[in-house]
Amino acid sequence: MHKIWLIIQREYLTRVRKKSFIIMTLLTPLLLAAFMVIPAWLVTISDSAETVMVLDETGLFADKLEDKKDLKYVPLAGSLDQAKTVYQETDYTALLYIPKAFDINKPDGVIIYSKKNTSLQTQVRLENALEKEIENQRFVASGMDRSTLEKMKANISLTAVSISDEGEKDNNAVVTSIAGVAGAVIIYFFIFLYGVQIMRGVIEEKTNRIIEVMISSVKPFQLMMGKIVGIAAVGLTQFLLWIVLSLVVVGGVQSVFGVKPPPTPLEQMASGRNAELGEDVDTDEATQAQEESEAAKMVSEGMTAFSNLPIGLILVCFLFYFLGGYLLYGSLFGAIGAAVDNETDTQQFMFPITIPLIISFIMSYTLVLKNPDGPVAFWMSIIPLTSPIVMMVRVPFGVPAWELLLSMALLVLGFIFTTWIAARIYRVGILMYGKKINYKELSKWLFYRV
Amino acid sequence: MSILKIDGVTKRYSNHTALDNVSFEIPAGCIFGLLGPNGAGKTSLIRIITQITGADSGEVYFKGERLKPNHIKDIGYLPEERGLYKKMKVGEQLLYLAQLKGLSKQEATARIKEWVDRFEIKEWLGKNIEDLSKGMQQKVQFIATVMHEPALIILDEPFSGFDPINANLIKDEILRLRDRGATIIFSTHRMESVEELCDYIALINRAHKVLDGPVKEIKDAYKTDTFQVIGNGQLLVTSPDFEVLEQHESHGVFRANVKLLNNTSPNNLLAYLIQRVEVHSFVELVPSINDIFIRKVTETHHA
Repeated sequence: MHKIWLIIQREYLTRVRKKSFIIMTLLTPLLLAAFMVIPAWLVTISDSAETVMVLDETGLFADKLEDKKDLKYVPLAGSLDQAKTVYQETDYTALLYIPKAFDINKPDGVIIYSKKNTSLQTQVRLENALEKEIENQRFVASGMDRSTLEKMKANISLTAVSISDEGEKDNNAVVTSIAGVAGAVIIYFFIFLYGVQIMRGVIEEKTNRIIEVMISSVKPFQLMMGKIVGIAAVGLTQFLLWIVLSLVVVGGVQSVFGVKPPPTPLEQMASGRNAELGEDVDTDEATQAQEESEAAKMVSEGMTAFSNLPIGLILVCFLFYFLGGYLLYGSLFGAIGAAVDNETDTQQFMFPITIPLIISFIMSYTLVLKNPDGPVAFWMSIIPLTSPIVMMVRVPFGVPAWELLLSMALLVLGFIFTTWIAARIYRVGILMYGKKINYKELSKWLFYRV
Repeated sequence: MSILKIDGVTKRYSNHTALDNVSFEIPAGCIFGLLGPNGAGKTSLIRIITQITGADSGEVYFKGERLKPNHIKDIGYLPEERGLYKKMKVGEQLLYLAQLKGLSKQEATARIKEWVDRFEIKEWLGKNIEDLSKGMQQKVQFIATVMHEPALIILDEPFSGFDPINANLIKDEILRLRDRGATIIFSTHRMESVEELCDYIALINRAHKVLDGPVKEIKDAYKTDTFQVIGNGQLLVTSPDFEVLEQHESHGVFRANVKLLNNTSPNNLLAYLIQRVEVHSFVELVPSINDIFIRKVTETHHA
């Protein structure tokens, strides 16, 4: 045991100290932060002061369109052709044309002319501004008080919450799917990334010819297991650091760039409601707040759905299938490394290992998601080669206890079996040089007496 | 007392036999040559002794006990194919390998310091193995082999890859280790390279032990009582006690190989020669291990 511990330490420390490891570990959260910050930053620069010329032949909106900090209106007079010519000479964002035939009861025919394509955002804002003005004028025409409507609206929004109880099922399926697929994806990549590292490590020992020195001191099995466990620890360290660093970086970015963290759903709901109720709140903001509150509702429903998931069970299963799957495949990757002399020869042996992984990966967000209790999902989540990925997708949907236990038991048996095979191939392979190995040869190794 | 006893060891691979009923003993505190051509089975035997593989039948006894995992720490092994972790620092690597042999961290650190001082390579400790020359790597590997002070040191082709200066340095270290009580096994196909160092040898050919024993005895057994004489004059041997096997002459200098017959002593030959020619050199022709090996192998083939 002491020797395995030494091997684990070495495998772990040499990898963790590598420049590539440190760079990868630091860079990934930074890239994440960049993905978060750069779009937000781009939006802020493109937002700088837009000016829209308004040619209003009806006179309905003449001075009703209020200037905003980043959206200004310049009224024009004359014909449309003249206005177009004038607009061509300026660098204003767009020309808003309201034709004479425009009627607030039949609000059609408004056109935006622009040199470049108008951004969706600008278009929506202009639409909102016009809509609000039209609504105002309709209120005046029908003698209704706007604030009454706002109150009514709030009532409607309350009923919407009760309706959304119906929709919760929908939301739940999405959240459940996300939870399952996320776990499956992480397991898939972990097996691949670190399984290949095991293989490389074994090949390195073979090509460096240190293997004979090593196995005159330790048992081949100890060396193999030490490597597998050491590399697993490297992977876990990396994931853990990614999580911690991401949180730190995201937090840092938020405080430096003033990008607000997404408010909690409740806060959003509250602020959204206030905005709607407040009479003197800017329409624009009110709409925005309304949109926000809708988004917030979805988020909060998602959160409820998420908290409704058996999180404890998912985490336990994740850890189990994560380690089980890694051990199952890791020892096979180790065996491949032992069987070949260099990495270019690994292809033919990689194939049968990657096929079940890829199939279960593809199946998990097609057939399995569509029908988490169907026969394909069932069998793939029982068979050890595919269960680490497929079962992770099924667990959030709820899996009968006996299926879960059977799958776990088979996975344990599975990795004991692959480790046994791998150890037999390994102990023969590591001392074999310059021989092209095929499957027939490999199967003979299983029964060699060493 | 023998430190190692090989008793009827047989090892078969799928399509050939590497060792066939090989037995011999290695006395403690000697330098033992395990000799034979490439592919004779030397490495297979060493891998059995180092417990890398097991014998199909037969037993190996270490200090009188059946070989068991506990013996690993008493054996140091320098394989023919040298190798270390390329991206690891010399100091860390030595520490790691010593700890795997069962030394504690403190012990290992102290030993490393001792060896590094002896070889004057302190400045290498922080370097990666891949930054050292091949000869330097070999030195590091030698240290790794003997650092845990094993009772039995197995060196497979020990001098390949060393320049003459370093080869001598290693030779001196080997002798020093022997004097401190360690037993050393040399495995090589270049028999002449270790002949002078070995006290005992075993010859292996095609999975069979051909012969073994103390070098002196073997050589005596294969002596042919032949002497090489060099001198001035006309050598004409007429005595029935001597037989000239070969003779060359040029510019008045002759060179002859003379075999003693009828239990005549070398002194008789010398006395006989002195009366007739001027003797410059008189040397017994002792067969080299190589010669003995070739003779033995051809004998067994013809038999």
